[in-house]
Amino acid sequence: MNILFDERLDGEFIHRDKADVLDDLQNAVPSLTLLHREEDLHPFECDGLAAYRIMPMLVALPETLEQVEGLLKRCHALGVPVVTRGAGTGLSGGALPLERGVLLVMSRFNTIINVDPDARIARVQPGVRNLAISEAAAPYGLYYAPDPSSQIACSIGGNVAENAGGVHCLKYGLTVHNVMRVDVMTIEGERMTLGSEALDAPGFDLLALMNGSEGMLGVVTEITVKLLPKPETAKVLMASFDDVEKAGRAVGDIIAAGIIPGGLEMMDKLAIKAAEDFIKAGYPVEAEAILLCELDGVEADVDDDCQTVRRVLEKAGATDIQQARDEAERAKFWAGRKNAFPAVGRMSPDYYCMDGTIPRRELPRVLKGIAALSEESGLAIANVFHAGDGNMHPLILFDANKEGELALAEDVGGKILELCVAAGGSITGEHGVGREKINQMCSQFQPDELTVFHALKAAFDPQRLLNPGKNIPTLARCAEFGAMHVHNNELPHPELPRF
Amino acid sequence: MTELAIHAADQDIADDLCEQVRSAYANRTPLRIVGGDTRAFYGRPVEGNALNMLPHSGIVSYDPVELVITVRAGTRLSALNAALAEENQMLAFEPPAFSDASTIGGAVATGMSGPRRPWAGAARDFVLGTRVITQEGKLLRFGGEVMKNVAGYDLSRLMAGAQGTLGVLADISFKVLPIPTATHSLRLSMSLEDALGKLAELGRQPLPITAAGWHAGELFIRLEGGASSVNATKERLGGESLSSDFWQQLRDHQHPFFRLNEGQALWRLSLPPNTPPLALNIPQSDIFYDWGGSQRWIKTSAAADTLRTVCQQAGGHATCFTPYAQGGAESPFTPLNPVVEKYHRNLKAELDAYGIFNPGRLYAAF
Repeated sequence: MNILFDERLDGEFIHRDKADVLDDLQNAVPSLTLLHREEDLHPFECDGLAAYRIMPMLVALPETLEQVEGLLKRCHALGVPVVTRGAGTGLSGGALPLERGVLLVMSRFNTIINVDPDARIARVQPGVRNLAISEAAAPYGLYYAPDPSSQIACSIGGNVAENAGGVHCLKYGLTVHNVMRVDVMTIEGERMTLGSEALDAPGFDLLALMNGSEGMLGVVTEITVKLLPKPETAKVLMASFDDVEKAGRAVGDIIAAGIIPGGLEMMDKLAIKAAEDFIKAGYPVEAEAILLCELDGVEADVDDDCQTVRRVLEKAGATDIQQARDEAERAKFWAGRKNAFPAVGRMSPDYYCMDGTIPRRELPRVLKGIAALSEESGLAIANVFHAGDGNMHPLILFDANKEGELALAEDVGGKILELCVAAGGSITGEHGVGREKINQMCSQFQPDELTVFHALKAAFDPQRLLNPGKNIPTLARCAEFGAMHVHNNELPHPELPRF
Repeated sequence: MTELAIHAADQDIADDLCEQVRSAYANRTPLRIVGGDTRAFYGRPVEGNALNMLPHSGIVSYDPVELVITVRAGTRLSALNAALAEENQMLAFEPPAFSDASTIGGAVATGMSGPRRPWAGAARDFVLGTRVITQEGKLLRFGGEVMKNVAGYDLSRLMAGAQGTLGVLADISFKVLPIPTATHSLRLSMSLEDALGKLAELGRQPLPITAAGWHAGELFIRLEGGASSVNATKERLGGESLSSDFWQQLRDHQHPFFRLNEGQALWRLSLPPNTPPLALNIPQSDIFYDWGGSQRWIKTSAAADTLRTVCQQAGGHATCFTPYAQGGAESPFTPLNPVVEKYHRNLKAELDAYGIFNPGRLYAAF
């Protein structure tokens, strides 16, 4: 897959000379920090999906809304695309720069404006780190629920752009469920507030639309998030299984017992071994799969639920069940899971993390499919799974220095996502489409559905200047990659040129 | 997954609905999308040919272990709730039903949520996916039947609350939740000021509260969760027991409070939860606090502008629930800020170029 923006497929731009654009922006917004020398641009050439690198034309580091406004207005007037970036931890290349575009870096907007414990909200700038919000709310016994694994580094603005998740989504929701209000700047430099500190706002739910829109509808400049009271207690059970399918069925049995765990995670043998070698979390390395089930809430209820879950797990055929005895052991159990990605990273020069979701009942079938792909390709695949909400993170191990292995890993990854779609799931649960999964969008959506997405985009940004080439593929791209649904053996959109 | 028929008459008439939309699109004739026709009072009157959603009913799929149900828009809320209850599950946003004819499509299109809203989430929070009929009469699928899905724009949630002005909701997939094992509702005699203070204090603690209201000197609280925590909180809060019907009556506007006197209109004020009582000079007997203070019902003859100015200053907005023809406000919904309105118009123009979907229902201009 060629990840470079291809104007023939992804849409054309007006071509501007870098020196002219720099000159124009410096004149229009003299106080704005603009990076333009190659050595200064290097650190920004990729986000968390480091296999993909493109040098941006310019990097802007604004500190005031006026600077953002001035920049957007000029880019709009010049027809220069703008890619917004937060902390750059995204895993789908959502902040991958464009050679002919400005990279708008929002990291200097890093102030927590206000924490209101009575209203249980926090007003923050987009560059504030996810974990910093919970830290600021902690003195009031409150926290911000969504906790992507990168929460120590990722910014809340990026969380909104990607509708980030984490390990507690089944019970506490994604970013979209925990954001009350966003201030947005449009590509024309207009300011608008979506949502409110009340629980709704008049008109269309543009707040919901903005979450997960990958910076393609506007630039988020301020966010008000909902804070929750910290659960009184959290307890975690670890169950071992000698069979992955049994573990998968146990997940459904827990839900069927009427329990919504705070977190419900599954790891397969390879992931268990990697984590145990790295963290020494006390995982059973002989097990085929483990489940981590965290129950949180009021002490008395949690104790009752622990008993219920223990019974369910025993009945489901768990070979061993351990309950973390104290907070330290609970943290240790989780440390293995939360470090699963770097742990796998130690086993292999490179790994490629997927993010498909499936209905849980399809887990055995999809896991078999993944195992077959692993065997066929010769690439090892470790499986880490937000089992409670059906979000899989297969990690494909490869060595980029070996000729053709990156391409092979991408190919296997694409096939895994297609397995997820075929199982009634989605190509991305929480990492976003970005640039990475742009072609797989063609298998999840039909041309008519993509056309509606383009219409939504056109309502906000008809010139396609905000983060072009991400999230929604053009019909030309889908036609080129031949992944579109073919009905009655007829090529869809025969009128489109093929390259 | 099983196909479940609630009624013998359940059927999928999406193709027929698409045909009607194509015809309306071709002839530029507006459509008035109607389910049980129990929410017509909400929003501005729509002139157009009825697009009858009622026959498009039934459960398409329901897998309790997946916590997901997919239903056709014309399915009656009462039938849907009963089917979920059989599996000990529920729609956690407690959609109001204003008569037995109320449908799930209408509930989602109007984006209404019941007393559990501040704790569980709104209608849109539980929408996982939709099948939508577009202006060109195409039946398209957005979102899905999985808990997490961030592929493409979240068109499904955008449809919730858009009142059918951007497309026709044909089928909707929801996340459903188990019915809590224990519940207890209570009433406490308390002044408004004390009640608001109490709610702010309780809100910072991990208590199993799932509804809270105040009216006429009484604070009403519902506890739901595990038996242990509900009992412990019940002991701690004290008060008198309250019938659980209370919340359903409040949700569906059957509580005696909702009887209007001559000249009064019913307004819904949506405010930050800890907003102090507004300077509106309305007797306490004509105010009902729900959603822990975030949703306030008032009965008043005050002018729309007066109410809206005060609400906006407090960071909220005001919606009139009494139709214009019955003495309510001409514009039931708070007018939009000009920039926000511009993008509303753009969206409407993109998704409904000829204004065939419930034109004017939200705002006169689109």
